Amino acid sequence: MDGKERVQSAAAFKSYMLKNSTKSNLNLYDHLTRLLMKLMDEQPHNAVDVIEDMSSDVKRGLLEEMQSTLQDLPETTADAELAEQQRLLFTRPKDVDHEEELVETPLPNVSELSFYLEQAGVGLGRDEMQRIFLALKQLVESQPLLHCRLWGKILGTENSYIVAEAVVEGDDHSVNEPAEEEEREVDTQENEIDQLPQSTYKPPSVVPKEATGTGANKFVYYVCNEPGLPWVKLPSVSPAQVTAARQIRKFFTGKLDTPIVSPQGFYQVLEEEGDEEDEVSQSNYEPNPDFEGIPAAEMAESLSNWVHHVQHILLQGRCTWVNLAVKPGDESNEEGEADEKEEEPDEPEPEVGPPMFTPISQDAEMFNTPPWSLSLSSTLTSQHAVAVLRSNLWPGAYAYACGKKFDNIYIGWGLKYTGGGYTPPVLPLPQKEYPSVPEITEALDPSLEEEQALKEALEEQQAVREEMEATDEEEEEEDD
Amino acid sequence: MDSNSLYYSLELVAGSGHILTPEQRTALESSLVLLKKNYKFSRVLFWGKILGINGVYFIAQGRGEDEMKDKKNLYSLNCMDWFLLPPASDSMIEEVSKATKGRFMGDPSFVYEHQEIHRQGEGNEPVNEKAVITVTEEKRLAVAVHQIDAEVSVVPRGAFIKSPRGLVQLNRSFGGLSEAEARKLDNFLHLRQSKNMKKKSILDMGDWNPAMDYLDALSDDIPKGSWSLQFEFARKVCVLRSLLWLGLTFYHVPMTPQHGYIYIGDGTKNLDLPFML
Repeated sequence: MDGKERVQSAAAFKSYMLKNSTKSNLNLYDHLTRLLMKLMDEQPHNAVDVIEDMSSDVKRGLLEEMQSTLQDLPETTADAELAEQQRLLFTRPKDVDHEEELVETPLPNVSELSFYLEQAGVGLGRDEMQRIFLALKQLVESQPLLHCRLWGKILGTENSYIVAEAVVEGDDHSVNEPAEEEEREVDTQENEIDQLPQSTYKPPSVVPKEATGTGANKFVYYVCNEPGLPWVKLPSVSPAQVTAARQIRKFFTGKLDTPIVSPQGFYQVLEEEGDEEDEVSQSNYEPNPDFEGIPAAEMAESLSNWVHHVQHILLQGRCTWVNLAVKPGDESNEEGEADEKEEEPDEPEPEVGPPMFTPISQDAEMFNTPPWSLSLSSTLTSQHAVAVLRSNLWPGAYAYACGKKFDNIYIGWGLKYTGGGYTPPVLPLPQKEYPSVPEITEALDPSLEEEQALKEALEEQQAVREEMEATDEEEEEEDD
Repeated sequence: MDSNSLYYSLELVAGSGHILTPEQRTALESSLVLLKKNYKFSRVLFWGKILGINGVYFIAQGRGEDEMKDKKNLYSLNCMDWFLLPPASDSMIEEVSKATKGRFMGDPSFVYEHQEIHRQGEGNEPVNEKAVITVTEEKRLAVAVHQIDAEVSVVPRGAFIKSPRGLVQLNRSFGGLSEAEARKLDNFLHLRQSKNMKKKSILDMGDWNPAMDYLDALSDDIPKGSWSLQFEFARKVCVLRSLLWLGLTFYHVPMTPQHGYIYIGDGTKNLDLPFML
């Protein structure tokens, strides 16, 4: 083969390679050129192993260029949405009055709370707490509140509730509530998955709802799903709801609009707590300023309990440095600790429940479990430790006390500890069927023959009777 | 959760309401390092807390070469001194489930007693034989940890791979699930010996990767809805909570390899779950 032929066959082969594909309108020559250029540009390791991938990459690259007129629509993600809403929390008010800052604000000091809770091993994380702090600020600014407190968080299956507790200025704002309450009650009845049969001793009349500002409705509750989202005010609770809510054992869904009983029934975990320095002698008890609305009389009444309680803790050998007196507040008293079944909840007279300052040591044991666990936050530096109280009855309820500072919080599923497994209440017996008496017993329809036979029999009887009557008349005539 | 990223991880699961005090955290950070060295673990996880009435158990888990089989659980009452928990055998699980009830006491030497009456003999004179089962709380703890691990330990799909030798190991090239993937329970798997694999249809298995899909998915759990999937922390972190074992929280930051789970609870199973959904 001479040179000329060789050149010719090479040219033939080149022209073969330059032939465009009928499908993709590409040709191998250009493709290999591009591929080798890509190879030279990128110089990958083990080029021989990845050459197939690179080849398909090159082909794909050509396609993409043709599709470049189509552009991706930027997707709005959930976190971007939330960030947009939370941006408002971080805006600084433009004209800050310095005088206003000096006025006592209802805004709680969440940072302090967060710090102590962290000592106690409870909390939502520092960032989350800060967001909640800002959200509470927003709430306080938008609503006329006298006092506000972070109550806690209730976990739901799809979302969680952050709950704030507040005292609203002016107590007569519940004018529009009765209708709402009615609706709610209907809801309650409908959605109870496991309502027990009504107990017989209970009076049929609905226990009147306590006025806002007293008893179970002493506080107004606001909830939101995420800090930054709008706060929703919960309707005030009626006794029927409390009893109903007690019987419910179901997860919160985290959607407020799902028809489910509002979580106030769970607020009975609320407890108030006060503490005094150990050094303070028992004579100079002073109501802690944070104890709102507690009459002085009851305070005096509680003195013996208080002392007793202090001793009790000392006997336990803990908290020798601080006298911790934690008392179920009026919420839990009136709604009962739920083990006091015979006690009608939300009785209008607060005297019915145990007195205000019953020490927790008198709380009843349930299911062989003491209702509270007490511990110190630190064993190494116990001089500055915080006393922590954990509720065993309501897993998730915590209280801490350090010096004169104290608070409590609930973070959990909103479920009470119920000892053994839950047994759904037995269904009511089916109603009795109708009594089987001949009037309503089914019988076969008579056949035509039977009917005719009956008719003939009746006619015969009739004829006989007429004959009889005729003879009677004749006899009578004869008598006359 | 891995003891190396304890601070960061704890912050992400704090939405369930439990955190560690700074003292506990710092104590763990030093003691778990020693633990890893002394027991020759390849990595150490802080597993969680079990809240007893009078005390709290801190649980750590050491993992060896195989992440699924070489597991050892340890407990501590003060975050510093660790004691090995016995491995849970079937007979032990049975004993514990019979004898124990209620909360943990917080004392590992506490003894639960359970009397069992066997009826023997027939006719008019049945002979009652009393058998007393005694279980220490340490055993109960071992069983509880074992059960929680077996029922609700979660990993994102692809985070652990099965090597050709059959070892389950961390996947170093795991880049995290995408946000869309993290919204589906299919992409979260149980880190345990698979139980449901054989029941799957061929169609489902068509696009499976044998190195990754050797575990059961959470979406097949019974009852449906025993997991709560949420996005927390400004909706950036995918958080899974088990409703079967209240207190188990799993987190995964989408598009990053960070994931982990922690159990902080009273160590009892939520038997009421079917009624609560």
